[in-house]
Amino acid sequence: MSGADRRVLDEAGGLHAMTWVMAIMLFLTLLAAALGLGTRQSASALERQLAGRLTVQVVEGSPTARDALAARTLSVLRTVPEVRRAVAVDRAELTRLLEPWVGSAGVDADLPVPAMIDVDLAAGASAEPVVAAVKSVSAASRIDRHQRWMSPVSGFLDTLTWLALGLVVLMMGATAAVVVLAARAGLETHRATIEVMHMLGSTDVQVARLFQRRIATDAAIGGAVGAIAALLLLWFLGTQLAALGSQLIGGIVLEPGDWAVLVLLPLGFVLLANAAARLTVVSALRRSL
Amino acid sequence: MDLPQATSKGAVAARRMANIVQFENVGLRYGTGQETLSDISFTLGSGAFYFLTGASGAGKTSLLKLLYLAQRPSRGIIRLFGEDAVTMPRGRLPGFRRRIGVVFQDFRLVPHLSAWDNIALPLRVAGVPEDDIEQPVREMLAWVGLAERAQARPATLSGGEQQRVAIARAVIGRPEVLVADEPTGNVDPEMADRLIHLFESLNKLGTTVVVATHDFQLLNRVPGAQMMRLDKGRLLDPTGALRYPPSARGFA
Repeated sequence: MSGADRRVLDEAGGLHAMTWVMAIMLFLTLLAAALGLGTRQSASALERQLAGRLTVQVVEGSPTARDALAARTLSVLRTVPEVRRAVAVDRAELTRLLEPWVGSAGVDADLPVPAMIDVDLAAGASAEPVVAAVKSVSAASRIDRHQRWMSPVSGFLDTLTWLALGLVVLMMGATAAVVVLAARAGLETHRATIEVMHMLGSTDVQVARLFQRRIATDAAIGGAVGAIAALLLLWFLGTQLAALGSQLIGGIVLEPGDWAVLVLLPLGFVLLANAAARLTVVSALRRSL
Repeated sequence: MDLPQATSKGAVAARRMANIVQFENVGLRYGTGQETLSDISFTLGSGAFYFLTGASGAGKTSLLKLLYLAQRPSRGIIRLFGEDAVTMPRGRLPGFRRRIGVVFQDFRLVPHLSAWDNIALPLRVAGVPEDDIEQPVREMLAWVGLAERAQARPATLSGGEQQRVAIARAVIGRPEVLVADEPTGNVDPEMADRLIHLFESLNKLGTTVVVATHDFQLLNRVPGAQMMRLDKGRLLDPTGALRYPPSARGFA
């Protein structure tokens, strides 16, 4: 059937309540998906920042010996192929970093503060040759891998990402359940019309198509409303986040691919609603003659 | 009111050949109660006109339901158009239902569709393109005298008008069998005459017509019609010997 058959189901049949349910579902789903995608981006950015970075601490009681050892370590590090960049941390910078603990008078010359060297590894390079090189100069030197102390944060961000994915899956399940309920209610409401259509020779698929079309339309309208509202809110939150200028949460950004996923999600929901409606109606009709 | 001519004489002659409906020892039971229909056996010849009579509750509607495939029997054999309708897979039923036009006792028009759309429904169900629907629907509306009421919804039509829309809907697909359940039950005698005339004109084109009625006066209005009588779920004349002629009916 085509064309005018869309009017076979009474417009006042009650299926339209689903439009608003879909709008709310899509709104919440898009927020959850954006949280997941943003967190994943943030985790990736953090990973990129920290994965190849370490700090060498040259520990030596005598300041002169320490500086000499630090200079030797630095020169050895610069010969290691896995090292992309090795820079000694400026003493003034160290003093500034220690100021909250040792006061504004500056670091006492007698205080055994280690010399520090920031090392950036080449992309994908292992830290082991660097560790070996440092230890060959001074066994007492310590190597602090940034990734190690940031891994709990990274793990937490991963958990958030999985949680968001779980929420999206749950929302999809809830949406399918709402469609099933709406389709069953619609079948009950339109039982008389469906019986007549069967007697006129309608197939189950033809009847299911009527419901599919109605539910797909409602889902599309509701999905569009919910998606637009969610995207506007995300855009607003994005501008707010950018204005904060925070290095940590500044990494929570959505890439073009993420926006594409968010825009495609409503389409997926419409297809899901369509499939759920068809399966529900066809399986219900199969129980009749 | 003559039905629009669309069927050739050859096709009409071909239709008047074999038995297209055959019931053998058919029984129907709803749930676990007593049988509503018992030991029903008869054949319907193609192109003939039948009245199915009996008092209210005799089982006329149940028998018609078996005939238009709304119900499967509890036992017995039903053959429609030469095929076993009892064991027929569900998926094949729509194709057979399209060959049977039904006028329900309570009309069963789709309430939010206009008379036009109600009549067009079987063609749309059959997948007829919209361009090819307009002319037959217009002809049907004219045939049942409702051309001026095409856009009226059922709630605004009188009982007789609704009945005529239901008849037009039943015959627009040119069914091989037309089944009508108490088609004159809600109309005045003049309208009843008109409706019976509609059925006759359809029958003349080769359609087998089965009209269930408890109005015995109606029987004599179609001289060539045969009669089957139901009483408490059983056919009173299972051999068909008393089906006709009209003088044998004893209801003159």
